[in-house]
Parts: sequence; C-alpha cells; structure tokens
Amino acid sequence: MATKYYIFISVLILAILAGIFSYPKYFNRGIDFLNNKLGWTLPHFWERPYILGLDLQGGVRLVYQADLSSVTDKIGAMSGLRDVIERRVNMFGVSEPVVQIEGQDRLTVELPGVTDVQQAIQMIGQTPYLEFREQKTEEETKLVLEKIKEIQEIQAKKGDITKIKNWQLAFENPYFKPTNLTGKYLKVNGARVNFDQTTLKPVIELQFNDEGAKIFEEITERNIGKKLAIFLDGNSIIDTTGDGKIDDQDFYNPYAPVVQDKISGGKAVITGEISAQIANTIVSRLNSGALPVKISAPISQETIGPTLGSDSLKKSLIAGIYGLLAVVIFMIIFYRLPGLLASIALAIYVALVLSMFKLIPVTLTLAGIGGFVLSIGMAVDANILIFARMREELKAGKEISQAIDEGFKRAWPSIRDSNLNSLIVCAILLFISTSFVRGFAFTLALGILISLFSAVFITRIFLQVFISPKIEKFKWLL
Amino acid sequence: MYFNFTKYSIVYYLISGLLVSASILSLFIYGLKFGIEFAGGSKMEIGFLEERPGNDKISQALSEFELGEIIVQPISKKLITLKFRGVDEETHQKILNKLNELSRIEEKSFNYIGPAVGERLRNKTTLAILVALLAITIYIAFAFRRVSKPVASWKYAIASLVALFHDVLIPLGIFSFLGRLYNVEITVPIITALLTILGYSVHDTIVIFDRIRENILKKGMGQFEETVNWSLNQTLGRSLSTVFTTVIVLIAVYFFGGETLKYFALALIVGIISGAYSSIFIASPLLVSWYKWSVQRK
Repeated sequence: MATKYYIFISVLILAILAGIFSYPKYFNRGIDFLNNKLGWTLPHFWERPYILGLDLQGGVRLVYQADLSSVTDKIGAMSGLRDVIERRVNMFGVSEPVVQIEGQDRLTVELPGVTDVQQAIQMIGQTPYLEFREQKTEEETKLVLEKIKEIQEIQAKKGDITKIKNWQLAFENPYFKPTNLTGKYLKVNGARVNFDQTTLKPVIELQFNDEGAKIFEEITERNIGKKLAIFLDGNSIIDTTGDGKIDDQDFYNPYAPVVQDKISGGKAVITGEISAQIANTIVSRLNSGALPVKISAPISQETIGPTLGSDSLKKSLIAGIYGLLAVVIFMIIFYRLPGLLASIALAIYVALVLSMFKLIPVTLTLAGIGGFVLSIGMAVDANILIFARMREELKAGKEISQAIDEGFKRAWPSIRDSNLNSLIVCAILLFISTSFVRGFAFTLALGILISLFSAVFITRIFLQVFISPKIEKFKWLL
Repeated sequence: MYFNFTKYSIVYYLISGLLVSASILSLFIYGLKFGIEFAGGSKMEIGFLEERPGNDKISQALSEFELGEIIVQPISKKLITLKFRGVDEETHQKILNKLNELSRIEEKSFNYIGPAVGERLRNKTTLAILVALLAITIYIAFAFRRVSKPVASWKYAIASLVALFHDVLIPLGIFSFLGRLYNVEITVPIITALLTILGYSVHDTIVIFDRIRENILKKGMGQFEETVNWSLNQTLGRSLSTVFTTVIVLIAVYFFGGETLKYFALALIVGIISGAYSSIFIASPLLVSWYKWSVQRK
C-alpha cells in the first residue's frame, strides 16, 4: 500500500531535480537572493550548458575527401589526417571544433562561430603535403611526352581529347613518379632551417623516422646517379630551372638534385634558391604536421551566419512551447483529470529529456529540436491509448482502480509494438548519418524511450495516488 | 455509436485511388526537384539590409562568374535564396563582393555540395528506404504471427504495406506539385520526414490490427467483418486523438519553427493525416475485402 507513495515521492524528487537541472537560472537566482538576505552560503545548482550545433549558433562545416589510393593502412592514414587537422584547427582558436572521420575517406571539420571561411579553409588546406619523387625511365617519359603532343594536336583541332586511348597519361608529370616516401615519415619537429657552409644560402634539413629512413635509403640506393625531386603540395619546392623563382616550370623541369650516393640515417638536405623567409615558412608548416594523405579543396561546405543560427533557435523553441501548450489544453479538455495528470507527466517528460540532452551531452541541432517537438506529440499517444482503454473498462462497469490496471495492461501490447516500430525506423535513419538525420533520429529515439517511462510509469503512479474510490462521486472527471 | 466502416469500402478505395494516381501522375509529369544535398551545387541565403534589387539585376550582376543556371528565389521582403553550380570559396567571396556592390547584404548561409557527396547521399538514402520497408514488413509479419485464422498473418503485412505506399506516395505527389508551383525541393529533412511517416503510419495500423487480433482471440473468428468494424469503432477515438495531438504540434512547427523546419513539418502533417486515414479506411477494409474474396472463391 505504502510503496506507491514512496515511488510517487521519488518521481516528484526526480522531476524537480530534472526541472532545475534543465533550466537552473531561476533556481540559482533564488539561491543568490537567499544568500544575500540571510548571509547563507548555499552553493549553486550544478550548471551545465546545452551544446548547440552549427545551425543554431552559426559557423562552418567543411567536408574533405582524402586521396587514399596510394595508402595501404587506410584507417591509420585517416586518423593521422584527423589528428593533424585537429591540431591546425585548434591553433585557429575556435571553441569546441569537431573533426570527424566520415565513412572511409572523408573528414568533416566543424568550426562553430567562425565567420571568415576563406581563412579557415586556407589554414586547413595549406598544410603541406610533402613527397619525394623519383625519375621515370626514359620510355615512361617518352610515352607521356608523346601523349601530350597528341593531345595538343587534338586540342588545336578542337576535338574530344577523351577519345584518345590513355589520355589521362598526358596529365602526369613526364619526368617524375611518386615514391612511397611522404611527409608522414617525418620525425616530430624533423624539419629545420640551416645555412649552407660554403654558399651561405638557407637549406632545409629533414630528419625521417626509422621507417622513413629505411625507405629513403632504398630510394637513394636505386637512384644513384639519377635525379630525385621533392614536391610540396604537388609542386616542386626546388628551383630546378635556376631562374630564381619556384613556379610551374620547376614542376616539369627535369633538373632536380642528383643522388650522389645511398643515404643512410634518414637525413635529407634540400638546397636551392629559397629565401630564408620561405625556408622558415616551409619548415614551420612541415613541423606543424605534414598531411599523411592528400586532400583537395572541400567537397562540401556549409556556412551558417550567426544571426540565422540564433533566429532558428528562437523560432524552434517558440514552436515547441506552443506545441506543448496545445497538447496540454487538448489533453485536459478531452481526458479531464487523467488528462491533467498526463500533462504533468508530459512536463516531467520535457524536463527529463532536456536533462538528458545536457548529461549525455547531445549536440542540439534544428533537426534535433524538430524530433523533440514531434516526440512531445507522440509521447501522449501512449496515454491516449491507456485512457481510451480505461474508459471502456469503466463503461463495462469495472471499479476505478481495476479499470486503471486493466487499461494499462491492455494498452501495453499496442504501445510496445508501435514504439518498437518507431525505434526501428530511428535506427535506419541513423544509418543515413547526415547530420540533420542523425540529430533528428537520435532525439526522437531518446524521446520515445523516455516517453515510455513518463507515459506508462509516471502516469500510472499519478493515477494510483490521485484517483481513489472517493472520486466515484465525480465520475465526470474521468 | 457504431459505424459500419467496411460497408463503404469501395468509396474509400476510390478516393485513395484517385489521390494516389494523381500523385503518381504528378511525379511522372513534374518529377521531383531535388535539393543541392542530393544534386550537388551551391546555395546561398542572402539578406538585403536596404532595398532588394530585382531578380534580373541579381542574375545579371552574377553573369560574369559563369554560374550556369542561376535560380533567384525570394523568401521574404529582404531575403532571397540563390542557387547555382558548385563554386569554390574564392568564387564564393567574389560573388559576395559583387552582390555587396549591388546593395548592402548580409550572408545568412552558404552551402556547397560536391557531386560525389550528392551521389553518395542518394545511394545511402535509397538503401535506407528499402531497408526500412523490409524491416517494417518483417516486423509486422512477426507481430501477427500468432493470428493465422481466418486471415493469414502475411495478409496483415501486405495490407499495412499497401497503406504504407499510400502514405508515402501522397506526400511525394504533393511535393512534386509544390516543386512545380513554388520550387519546393526534396531535401534531407523531407526524406527524414518521409521515413518517419513510414514508422508512424505503421504505428497507427498496428494499433488497429492489435485490436482486431485481440477481438478475434476473445470472440472467436466467426464474423470477421463485424470484428473488424467493431475494432475500428473501439480504436477510432484513440486514432483521432493521437493524430490531433501530433498534428497540432507540427502545425506549431510549420507556422513558428522557421524556414528549415517548415516543409519538414508539412511533409509530416500530410503523411500523418494520410497515415491515419489509410489505417482506418484502407488497411482494415482491405483485410475484409480480401477475406470475402477468398471465401467466395472457395
């Protein structure tokens, strides 16, 4: 007999805690007031912020595609890429940036509050991709050069170049082919500027890690007497033409440093016409993290201005409040006392879900709020099912407490089946994994689970406590 | 109060048949306008701080960037959406400068989706829809495995699937029509709404079928048509209440929830109403019609 009161009181305490936790502002003000008036030193309630998604606070989302064609350890390369970009982004001074691997070869970068997108893109994209390239054999070079000639002829006649066999070949570098030695084998802070003893010109010294040293040794060994080119972001960083500039010409020009001997120990020195300033930039960029794999310009970009974000937040909250009020009014008019109790349970439901948002924490997006608002409408569905059953049982002449029990018992299979079904759909939605869908499905699923607790468990306790046989006289209330 | 639902089955079939064929027709003639997240491209929302220049002027000013087809779509007095081919950040900034020369602007949002991104999303979405349909069918067949007389459990599944297609086709048709009239696009939120409708529509049907199952177990399996009618009458109040509470919440979102959630809410409203309609007037009468037909054949 008394158990139901214990449970009732526990539910009330839980509800009050959840209510204060989800919106502690007024409670803490009250504490301040008391502290001031009475000289107490009561602590504030635990404050935790809601985490807002990009669409609600403004910012940029960039999606990058990594080129994994030459990598064997794809997962390792991607997490390496993520770490490097994370470091870069943190240097940007953004609060709570998110860098995530998406699928196999995509990287999503979210920068809340950033408005200067161009600078952000530069910061992320300009990280140098360092690679060593070795000379192609004469036949290979000849093949490419011939293909280029062929294509130029066709282009002069305005023909379709894609009709030529192997036309892609013409866009390769005719003289150099990539090796597997890239910036990812660079030691931590393994690049530094030095000055050549004799020419007094700046040189860049590179120190590879053990694995890199081994590869470098193999490459130099098989290329003795041949040229070895160093490319940064797809361009040669050595002035191979000797015209004092590093430009596209150096990319094709076959005058790269010649390997004198097999080099062990993993140390490479880049000499050339580089100013001390450029050398310093290159070195600091290399050290802050050479990208382990290549990325191109963002394949998708989303920028949300700060005003749009706060506007959306305000609007969706207003919609939620109106929706909630409408549901409460409806429930009280149509189901009277049980409707009122269900409305209180619904308010507890809202406080519980909001608390979960803070606790987990859930990044709130517009879609998430949409899912939450929809779940308010769906949460009362269980109650409606139960109350409709209760009325039937009452009509059939059952006693009130019996009618309540029967109502819950009989409505349960339907509630279980339909909610399970909604959860299945949520799981499938999560699979699409676009941020909008994820936000929606996750909050909806969370809402469904919590609504089962509030609509079935809490409402039942309320009904058991408040509806005693005395109420028989006021049957119209049911 | 007792209403003989199945007596007028033919009328419901006609209404739904008409609506569904209109939707299919509209889909065939107008097709669907897919948003840039599926099709790829750029989309910009621009607020003008002063007077908004005319659409022609805007298109003209941007002609130098070779943006392909530029769609200028006014949202409100000072707000427009621009859609054009995918551009990189540099061009994006140039476009902003150019527009600023025209009239002072504030960029609300910018979205660029590369072609590969759109394709991957299309594939994923198609797969998700197929998996959802399959999972729901299996679920229904499983939920009704114990009721095999007088109507086999797979028939319940088929009837709810027919209702499902009905509930998805009608919003799709409406959106194809709206796409033609107001350039409303099929975006990720709309697809999300459609998938939610799948769940919701079945949700409604399950409640009614559950009642039919219960009544068959209680009263025996004679008089199948009456049992169905009786069950519909019992669940009608609940069906209406649930639809009502969900729809008023969504109406609040439609009117107050802002631009992004507007059509999302509309898709849900249409789908949920049609879902409630179909579970009462299509799924259950279908069971009866099917039952009668197979009895006659014997």
